[in-house]
Amino acid sequence: MASETLAPNVTALAGASWPGAPVQDVDARGKPGDDRARTEAPAQDFSLFLRRDPAGQAEMAFAVEGIDCAACIDEIEDGCEALPGIVRARLNYTTHRLTIGWDARAEPAPARVLEALAKAGYRAWPFEADRLEEIDNATSRHLLRCLGVAGFAAMNIMLLSVSVWSGNVTDITPETRDFFHWLSALIALPAAAYAGQPFFQSALRALKARSLNMDVPITLGVLLALSVSVYETLHHAEHAYFDSAVMLLFFLLAGRYLDHAMRRRTRAEAGNLAALKAVSANRIEADGRLVTVPAAAVKPGDEVMLRAGERAPVDGRVLSGTASVDESLVTGETLPRHVGVGGTVHAGSLIHDGVLRLRTTAAGEDTFLDEIERLLDKASTARGRYIRLADRAARLYAPMVHTTALLALIGWLIAGASLHQAVLIAVAVLIITCPCALALAVPAVQVVAAGTLMRAGVLINSGDTFERLAEIDTVAFDKTGTLTLPDPSLSDTSHVPAPLLAAAARLALASTHPLARAIAVAHPDALPLAEVREVPGAGVEAEIDGVTARLGSPAFCGCEALAAARADAAPDASLVAVRLGEACAVLEIRQALRSDARAVMDELRDAGLAIVLLSGDRRAAVAPVAARLGVTDWWAQMRPGDKIAVLESLDAKGHGVLMVGDGINDAPSLASAHVSLSPISAADVTRAQADAVFLGEKLAPVAIALKVARRARHLMRQNLMIAVVYNLIAVPLAVAGAVTPLVAALAMSGSSIIVTLNALRARQGGRALEKAKEAA
Amino acid sequence: MSVLLYLVPAALSLGLLGLVAFLWTLRAGQYDDIEGAAVRVLSDDDLRAPPEGRPVERDRPA
Repeated sequence: MASETLAPNVTALAGASWPGAPVQDVDARGKPGDDRARTEAPAQDFSLFLRRDPAGQAEMAFAVEGIDCAACIDEIEDGCEALPGIVRARLNYTTHRLTIGWDARAEPAPARVLEALAKAGYRAWPFEADRLEEIDNATSRHLLRCLGVAGFAAMNIMLLSVSVWSGNVTDITPETRDFFHWLSALIALPAAAYAGQPFFQSALRALKARSLNMDVPITLGVLLALSVSVYETLHHAEHAYFDSAVMLLFFLLAGRYLDHAMRRRTRAEAGNLAALKAVSANRIEADGRLVTVPAAAVKPGDEVMLRAGERAPVDGRVLSGTASVDESLVTGETLPRHVGVGGTVHAGSLIHDGVLRLRTTAAGEDTFLDEIERLLDKASTARGRYIRLADRAARLYAPMVHTTALLALIGWLIAGASLHQAVLIAVAVLIITCPCALALAVPAVQVVAAGTLMRAGVLINSGDTFERLAEIDTVAFDKTGTLTLPDPSLSDTSHVPAPLLAAAARLALASTHPLARAIAVAHPDALPLAEVREVPGAGVEAEIDGVTARLGSPAFCGCEALAAARADAAPDASLVAVRLGEACAVLEIRQALRSDARAVMDELRDAGLAIVLLSGDRRAAVAPVAARLGVTDWWAQMRPGDKIAVLESLDAKGHGVLMVGDGINDAPSLASAHVSLSPISAADVTRAQADAVFLGEKLAPVAIALKVARRARHLMRQNLMIAVVYNLIAVPLAVAGAVTPLVAALAMSGSSIIVTLNALRARQGGRALEKAKEAA
Repeated sequence: MSVLLYLVPAALSLGLLGLVAFLWTLRAGQYDDIEGAAVRVLSDDDLRAPPEGRPVERDRPA
């Protein structure tokens, strides 16, 4: 139930997504409700999303879809502010979120806001900013404040330093120079104490954990540079390194902020998508009323009503009713399963027909099978061992830098220099090797590459995804929902007479059955029928131009023989029969392959990658898909544990595996693969495990992500090389004692700028991709 | 060189003014919606008749 959040068709909206109105649309067409709950629209309970500030003003956030121009801002804000009781409506155009504030005296009415937005043509979902995002925003603001302070200090100290440098070669008086040095100290010391916090804290944490990270040499370098400069100033010396220390902080903070900005942006996007996908539940209150609440508000023990076309929001045991349940998102199996009283339904299952009353057994975070949970735990601990490229560089770098500085100190002492001179040279070595370029090398590339991928419809969860994506040589795909589209669709209808097809499309409009919806989606211009009778568990029936028309199971339409013949020819399809008077036909509905699946497979193979197919579905359903895609290594009827076993055996042979999957049964294998991708339509648990999520109906983002990642890693390595070359030139100069503050300033800013410019090249790959996309 | 006694504090306080302005913009949330700020210039809500508090009719792209 997720691809519909991207495809703007109304039929697909039915069921579990907010604001679940279409169920009532169907009722309006006169279908007899087969239970009390169906005839009345359930009340909606938004209290989970409402926030009250101390003044009593209620506030609520919405994720809004469909914003594409500047006029949308006014339209939405004015439209909302015109509603009674609303004092404030503010749309964030960057994150597509709307914040509504209600007057303290007025009763908040979120449903009216949704209604007003829907009337204006926007779809909106209540949105709950998660805590992680808030912490992220606070960190980001803090980094920006530090960056501002460091920038101010660096500029002003440089102003004084340039005067000193030019004065040193002309006629500056020692008094003026001291005055300038003291002023520099006055600016640099508080600025460094404030702006250096992120590094000092991180270095302290690392030291406490008895490890070294990049922040340890940074902190040491900055502190030493500052204290030596103060000492030199006290002794009326010619040189002080205040400018170096502060400039260093400025460049490092820039890198840190970029790194953060990338993650924050993708997280905001992912948060919106999660809100769009958020599932609601029809909870049965103690007094028998039906209330629509967010799935997160359902507690174990609550009773929940499930109707045809809805996805189960929680795990539960059936109290009453029978239904056929499609568990393709849970297990990968495409054939529906029949459940009755006492049976269990897992969150994520799609109800094909019938009505169920469930007693919730597990809700929220725990709604997955025990087996999956156990496998997930195991897999995630194994994953934790990966060490980022930048950290690997830091582990090599820090000890080397410190040894070099120490050797320089000892060397100069042996050579007969005074302790003062030797210490100055050692500090110069530390300053010049401070990993400015190194700290910018990786995040700058990550930001640019993540931006490129975002435009291509891929959202990255963490920075090291690029590195891991670039290391793989095998791609493992899940079938259901990954290679195929998440929702079933009508396949080839060339053998079906046109009048029958038209009748089927009109009848299908009246049903919430997922197979009927597939027929309706394929014929968007069909007209709804005035009076449609639903036969529970069989199909729908109506009069078209005086002729009785039926859509439903082959038995209901009286064409079992025809259906049996088709079933042999197409073992992987679900069959729906249609009858118009005496004529009869069978429609095949199957999970269609994503349109570019074959092309992407060929592209991946051309890039030298091995392709594996791991499916939880039956052999008969997997074999034709594998054949059409030209995949020779495929496994069917895989349990989650089996999938992991295959991945592990590949890993043991030294292959890096990218796992692409969407089902709940794929979550453990996604967590245990070297790197993983999932479509946005995937189950929540699964998306949370994936390193990146891709949008849309096409598979192309997988190939694009690999291409961009390889380019990104290439650039990261190039940047690290640039940093190394810079050090190879600068360190001997520093050891030789030739590094004055002027040389340090030039070298530091020069190398940082080169590395940043080089990172911008990661965009070029993206532009070429976009051009290719436009041409296609 | 006594002119420095005026010039340097003047230069520093100007810089400080810039820093304070930056921190104020940050606190006021002006970097929360950068793309929005770019397009809000185009909106003509300042032409709206204030007493009604309702939007004026205007052509808008579909």
